[in-house]
Order: sequence, then C-alpha cells, then structure tokens
Amino acid sequence: MNSPQQRFGRTDVRVALSAADLALIGAIQGGLPLVSRPFAQLATQTGETEQAVIERLQSLQDRGVIKRMGAVVRHRELGYRANGMVVWDVPDEQVDELGRCLSRFEFITLCYRRPRQGVDWPYNLFCMIHGRDREEVRGKVRQLVQCCQLEAIPHAILFSGRRFKQRGAHYRNAARREAVSS
Amino acid sequence: MSTAAVIDAPVELDALDRRIINRLQDGFPISEHPYAEVAAELDTDEATLIARLQALLDTGILSRFGPMYHAERLGGALTLAAIAVAPADFERVTEQVNAFPEVAHNYARDHELNMWFVLATETPQRIPVVIREIERITGYPVFNMPKKEEFFVGLKFRV
Repeated sequence: MNSPQQRFGRTDVRVALSAADLALIGAIQGGLPLVSRPFAQLATQTGETEQAVIERLQSLQDRGVIKRMGAVVRHRELGYRANGMVVWDVPDEQVDELGRCLSRFEFITLCYRRPRQGVDWPYNLFCMIHGRDREEVRGKVRQLVQCCQLEAIPHAILFSGRRFKQRGAHYRNAARREAVSS
Repeated sequence: MSTAAVIDAPVELDALDRRIINRLQDGFPISEHPYAEVAAELDTDEATLIARLQALLDTGILSRFGPMYHAERLGGALTLAAIAVAPADFERVTEQVNAFPEVAHNYARDHELNMWFVLATETPQRIPVVIREIERITGYPVFNMPKKEEFFVGLKFRV
C-alpha cells in the first residue's frame, strides 16, 4: 500500500521555471550520468556548481516537476508479459469512491478518470494491471470486483498485444527554446 | 528515441540485479555521491552498482535511469488516444502513427478499438493539432481520452 498523499489530486498545474531550471532539465533528460559524482558532471554542462545542481534538482522534485528520480523498467523483459487495461463504466457520482478503492491495491499501477466517448466507448475509469500471464490479471480483476463491490459495474479488460513503441516523452526542445527566450 | 524491439524472452537476473531494480524504482538520492549511498544500502560498492546499472540499460531491462518529469507541470501535455483500425490496415496505420515524434507509446489491444497510443506534446495546444493530423494521414477517427483525474501514479515492478 502506498501513502495516501501521493495518490490523489489534480496535478495539471503548470510550474514557473527559470532559465537555469530548464537548462538542467535539458541536460538531464537523457538520463543521469553513470559516474561517481553525476551532479558534478551535470554542473560542468550547465555552468553551475555541483551544490547548485543538487539544490535545483531537489527544488524541481519538491515542486513536483520531477515526479521521481530512478529507473524505468521494461516490464515485458522482466516477465510481466500480460498487460491489461481494465476499463469501467462507473456512474459519475461514484467515480471518486471507486477510484480510491481501486488504488488501494498495490498491483494497480495507474488509475485515471477519462471522458466517455459516446455509445462507442462508455468507460470512464481506467486502470492498468500487469501480470505474468492473462489469467493472473483476470484473477486480480475478480479480486477487485469482489473487494470494491463492482458486480453491477460493466467492465472490460483490454490486453495488450504487440508493443510498437515505448519511449519516454522528450522535452529537450521546450527546454532549449524557453531557456533562450526567458 | 528508437522504436523498442519486442523481446519476449524473460532475462536472467541475479539477486543483486533484482535488488538494484527494486531499489532504483523507489527514487534516488540527490547528493554528492548518490551511487555510493545506494550501493551501501544494497551491500555492494559504488563501482559494482554503476557497472550493473550500465549493463541493465545496455540489455534493455531498464529503458532509462534518471528523472521522471511531470509533463503538465513542465507546460506540456499528455493524452491517451485510440483508433479502431481495420485489420488489413494495421501495419500501415502503425507506421504512420509511430512516425509522429509526439507518440510516446503505442500498443495493440484486444478490442474493436485496437490501437492505443499516448501523445506527449510540448504544449496543450499541440494535442488537437496532432490528433487532427493523425486523422488526416490515417483516414481514421481518433478517440481522444485525456486524463480527467488521477487516482494513482506509482508504476513499479517488483522483481
């Protein structure tokens, strides 16, 4: 179980960034240098001191611009071969309650409310479950239905087939442009 | 930047690799000697940790190691979009969709809406522009499903 404070809330608030913030974001987006003092190496790229880079990164993290520092795994290579996007058609007034119930389960890695798309797509709550195989994912969905009392809520599991593309978002251009203009 | 190869064979990892992967999904110290700090937690040394991390990146077990940015707080935008592609058109549409640099992920899924992709743009205004462009090029309507509320972000895989 994760702590409640990191799990909820609207987060689409733009943060004001300085030119130095943007320069550092641009310098680091390819990844952290794999050297003993990575922030000293970044400092030579951005023209700051190591201590200034450390403080700036901490501040970017405190302001939520950096969600976290760390590793991104390729889950298929680790044996998580079944990836189920589970979608629910929840009455609007129950979305918050149900979203909270679903996100108590550690095996749910993402949980979002999204707009319905008319009759073609009635689902408004999306969550992602990864498992070693499809039966494991189905078992977890049965557990959710039981624990969150979702017997009357229509749902579908969309298993992923081929992965065509997986890469992070890139912000280098934004960083460069705004660093120049500000 | 390149399209990820699909590697379906599980990779052999030893106990230290597993501890490194689990630990490094939980964040990383922002300090002068961060690798040394993490190495001490994992009962190894800095040079070993750096070498293992390099190998995990080289073999593609890790897709990256560094900061995870919050797109909206950076002024950018993300959305999830889907297309119902006729099976005969699937290869063509996949190529056309993947050619957009704004497409960060693209997965086939078992449903009438069978192609699901994430768009990441540098401004919110770019999202509808890119969607219209994808509709024009592919000839298919795109279902745009932006996030309205987030209940959880904690994509972590215990190994």
